[in-house]
Amino acid sequence: MGIFNKIKTIFNKEESLEEKIINDSVEDNAIKEEIEIYEKGLTKSREGFVSRLVNLTNKYKKVNEEYFEELEEILIMADIGVNTVEDFLDRLRDRVRHENIENPEVLKEIIVDELFIIYVDGDVLVNKVNYSEDGPTVILFVGVNGVGKTTTIGKLATKMKSEGKKVLLVGADTFRAGAVEQLKEWSERSRVAFYGKENSDPASVVYDGVQKAINEDYDVVLVDTAGRLQNKTNLMKELEKINKVITSLISDAPQEVLLVIDATTGQNGISQAIAFKEITPITGIVLSKLDGTAKGGIVLAIKEKVDIPVKFIGLGEGQNDLQVFDIEKYIYGLFKDL
Amino acid sequence: MFESLSDRLQSAIHKMKGYGKITEDNINEVLKEIRLSLLEADVNYKVVKEFTNTVKEKALGQEVQTSINPGDLFVKIVNDELTELLGGDVVPLNMKGSPAILMLVGLQGSGKTTTIGKLANFLRKKHSKKPLLVACDVYRPAAIDQLKQLGKQLNIEVYEEGKQDPVEICRHALSYALENHYDYVLIDTAGRLHIDEELMDELSKINQAVHPNEILLVIDSMMGQDAINVITGFHECLPLTGVILTKLDGDTRGGVALSVRHLTNVPIKFIGISEKLDGLTSFDPERMSGRILGMGDVVSLVEKAQEAIDEKEAERTAKKMQSGKFDLEDFLSSLKQIRRMGPLESLIKLIPGASKMGLNHIKIDPKQMDHIEAIVLSMTPQERRNPDIIKASRKTRIAKGSGTSVQEVNQLLKQFEQMKKMMKQFSNGKFKMPF
Repeated sequence: MGIFNKIKTIFNKEESLEEKIINDSVEDNAIKEEIEIYEKGLTKSREGFVSRLVNLTNKYKKVNEEYFEELEEILIMADIGVNTVEDFLDRLRDRVRHENIENPEVLKEIIVDELFIIYVDGDVLVNKVNYSEDGPTVILFVGVNGVGKTTTIGKLATKMKSEGKKVLLVGADTFRAGAVEQLKEWSERSRVAFYGKENSDPASVVYDGVQKAINEDYDVVLVDTAGRLQNKTNLMKELEKINKVITSLISDAPQEVLLVIDATTGQNGISQAIAFKEITPITGIVLSKLDGTAKGGIVLAIKEKVDIPVKFIGLGEGQNDLQVFDIEKYIYGLFKDL
Repeated sequence: MFESLSDRLQSAIHKMKGYGKITEDNINEVLKEIRLSLLEADVNYKVVKEFTNTVKEKALGQEVQTSINPGDLFVKIVNDELTELLGGDVVPLNMKGSPAILMLVGLQGSGKTTTIGKLANFLRKKHSKKPLLVACDVYRPAAIDQLKQLGKQLNIEVYEEGKQDPVEICRHALSYALENHYDYVLIDTAGRLHIDEELMDELSKINQAVHPNEILLVIDSMMGQDAINVITGFHECLPLTGVILTKLDGDTRGGVALSVRHLTNVPIKFIGISEKLDGLTSFDPERMSGRILGMGDVVSLVEKAQEAIDEKEAERTAKKMQSGKFDLEDFLSSLKQIRRMGPLESLIKLIPGASKMGLNHIKIDPKQMDHIEAIVLSMTPQERRNPDIIKASRKTRIAKGSGTSVQEVNQLLKQFEQMKKMMKQFSNGKFKMPF
């Protein structure tokens, strides 16, 4: 049985679900709820991807070159990236040859398994936030313009607040008009503390914010930065400085540097991941806006080429629509109709 | 922008030039390169397929076989096809009616609000008319505030009613504009997903209420293959009249530009090329395709220079250069004018052949320019007019005053001397300006 079928069984059967978690009904419900959010949020992405894969399987009685060509189109249309797709297809062709696979029905499952393998690639996947044992945990959010950094922070603040943490939001996007105000509104919505100043040096705002968190014993500091295109040297230097300022105050901080990537992003996502990783120690990706029709396939290419895992995904506009990324739930959400 | 795409295409075409004539075999090899390159650039899969087929058909046709140089003809075919794909002729904004109403729509984070500021600024500069901005993003926290701040920076009025019904806001804004004789009304709408029926319906209602001349879809140029779903989603709901591509100052290959018009017949009208409020420029398919093929973009370079440079000032400087009387005072004013044209990197990319010369990856630290400016500003007017008098103690003072080092001051003075020599040679006709 392929990996995908195992996942499917786990999520479909109550017994398996209970086996998977500790017999705690509250947690059980929470997990069910999470699965539902995944299913719902990925509806549109699934419709465009899986239905095409199903059609492909029904259309061809035998696996042949035309089948592969159509498969290539489906994968490229999901933004998985032309190089990753070419490698993937080469591996698939090898398997078809070696295992004498003719039936597209059989290949369908192998495709899902292989996609899973690209992402996992023998790694032990960590999707937990690395909290500091004592003193504030600093999480720095970076990314290009308009990917949803501020909104992600707002949602994450709500989540952490409900987990009983004392949260401080720091607004260091002093460039874009209204950005600090936007974060402040989020802090009010999520009922967490806020520090920020417009029209001042972002590194000094971060310094004061982190200092405040140390003095006032906050558990978590979420730092919002200005959107910057990764080829702008001076803006990337500014980010480097912000990162240094944080480390100068707390030596093992920032514990997390999260790169926010818009799910609609194409191949430029790889360049973003490479450039931001060069400047700051990126620990994970937040894949935002997955509730549209975009498939966010670029994260597969990023994981393969730059080795950065996804930690959170944004599945809607609601305060609770930010989810910890779980590759199993993601694949289930994307392929459950298969 | 587009440099990686153009590099790939150029090397592919270069391969082609090596052959004596175009055959089925060698064209397939080049087309394969072109195909990969375009897919890497996020050009829509179907568009790539059609493009390579058309180029192949035309290249294998009669015109090529009678040609002396198949390589050049192949370039022409690819260029023509690219131009065609990018949208043929330029479609200007429809500015009839007073006021003319423009509405900007798009996904979250595509850059609508920033673009509307740039667009208002652009229209005011080009036509010296009076624009009014209307804040209709009543959902995102602080969106109205963002538009108000932009309005303040540009000194353009913003009409807002807080978080009321956007359709009503637009109606009221229109009567306000009529009463107060505004020439343009620019409506900023909230970002939304093309599959969000409720919010898409809101846009239709605004459209029915105020009948905008232009409904412009703002698209992030980093967008991947999903672009087509977004474009068709918006297009089915609204009579889109144009597209604005944003964030093209990044290193994205912007293949979405190639897909937009071909798949929807909606023309691209503007592109966003910097974060500054003058970072918006008209889209020109011919120039863009020339750019993709590495032919450079002299026309926009010249236009940019004309907008930023005070002509009389430039003439005065030119005269001084020729007579060899160019001093550090003039240098300072030239420096300021160049800076007004925007980041140097984006200017360099417009120079023909820049990518071939390896200039496209050049990075200029604006801080270095700051240092130079600081050094010159720390000199006395006398020193600027006559740099020869700057000796050790003056150098120490200048370095201290500008927060730099004596070495940096020396370097600047040396470079300035070399520049002066070069200028003399220019005026003696030994050199030709590159453009």
